Amino acid sequence: MEKSEIINVSKDRAEKGHYVKPILIGLGFTLKNFFSKPITLQYPDQKTKRSERWRGLHRLNVNENGELKCVACGLCAAICPSQAITVIPYEAEGQTRCPEKFVIDELRCIFCGFCQEVCPKEAIRLTQIYDYVAYNRESCIFDIQKLKNPDQFEFKG
Amino acid sequence: MIDYLIIPVIKLIVIFGVCLFFIAYTTWLERKVLGHFQLRLGPMRVGYHGLLQPIADGIKNFFKEEVIPENADKAVFLLAPIISISAAIILLAVIPFGKPITLFGKQITLYLANPSIGVLFILGFATLGAYGTILGGWSSGNKYGYMGGLRASAMIISYELSMAFSVIAIIMLSGSFSLVDMVNAQQNGIWNIIRQPVAFFVFFISGIAELNRIPFDMPEAESELCCGYNVEYSSMKFALFFLAEYTHLFVFASLVTTLFLGGWQGPALPGVVWFFIKTFAVIFICIWIRATIPRLRYDKVMKLEWKFMLPVAIANVIATGAVMALLG
Repeated sequence: MEKSEIINVSKDRAEKGHYVKPILIGLGFTLKNFFSKPITLQYPDQKTKRSERWRGLHRLNVNENGELKCVACGLCAAICPSQAITVIPYEAEGQTRCPEKFVIDELRCIFCGFCQEVCPKEAIRLTQIYDYVAYNRESCIFDIQKLKNPDQFEFKG
Repeated sequence: MIDYLIIPVIKLIVIFGVCLFFIAYTTWLERKVLGHFQLRLGPMRVGYHGLLQPIADGIKNFFKEEVIPENADKAVFLLAPIISISAAIILLAVIPFGKPITLFGKQITLYLANPSIGVLFILGFATLGAYGTILGGWSSGNKYGYMGGLRASAMIISYELSMAFSVIAIIMLSGSFSLVDMVNAQQNGIWNIIRQPVAFFVFFISGIAELNRIPFDMPEAESELCCGYNVEYSSMKFALFFLAEYTHLFVFASLVTTLFLGGWQGPALPGVVWFFIKTFAVIFICIWIRATIPRLRYDKVMKLEWKFMLPVAIANVIATGAVMALLG
């Protein structure tokens, strides 16, 4: 075989006994780690800091009388790229328009935040809650009652 | 009556109880210390800083489903963990934990037995424990288990040699096979680690290899054999293997303490406390090594033993003999 055909996998492979120094360096490194502070976060008790612009579960805001700010204009449903929002408006005589049904399928939602940007009344907002868990798909379809108070779905362990 | 029955039985219960408690908490210590070496926290959820973790593990293992594979040789399969754990626990009998103490006017020795061949007893039964590993891997009817068993036997055959040769140097210095005499021979304050650093080095490394711990965990190499010899074991039988492993670790640490670190000797504190301080320091070093060094390749493990450790150990024995002959 020509010498040029031999492929050297590693040219600077450790010679005999040359692993002693790296082992000592490694032992020093791990000992330094042992005496430094662990970086673990105890998840359900401690949570990582989220950005203020974090896009989590939706909330439907209410005004000071406890009524929904939403006027069921349907803009959010129109702009939603994954068509997760369904709004059915209801208008009684002489009163403001309000949604009869406002359903968000959280499984379809991609949390892009377009709905809160397009909303003229600041009625829909994305919260910081990112760890909602459910046992079935029905629990992931949020109606008005769930959307009014999404804080209850924060995972507490 | 009281000398031959009651005192030994009480000693038996106390020594085995305390040691098994420490061994159970060695698993906790290993997980905790290993976690901190890797910038993690280790067990935190069960009790304060996971202190109840060994108990929780025991309860969990107790209620797990027990699976015996169809291909397994059932009798041997059931026997293997028993051999493993009993050969490990019997080693605790000859370890001298401290100076003899006087209670109610009676002198009580802090070991169960002091056979005149203490070191040979330990080396012999430590090797017998490997039969549990070998038979367990072999009878599982699983090729990974089989490979693990083969590797375990290869490791034991190789590393037993250098371990025994490094002990011979200590036997020559103390002039006795008895562990108590070996501790007494270090009474002048010069521990054997100073007089026999090479023997200590060889004994420590071959001990870690004998324990099948990382970096020598050939029989249960996770990435190669998916846990090796105990791959088919479940429930309490797995726990017995696990416990045997940690009993061996504890016995190895106390053997290092006895042979090289002056046993129970030390200033101020009582002997038993010194013994456990030194033992757990050795266990800490074992965990430290585990946290640092990756597993060696199989052929390199064998090369290290036959081409380096064994010649060094034999040369050490010859050199010790020569120096002793010269100094008279």
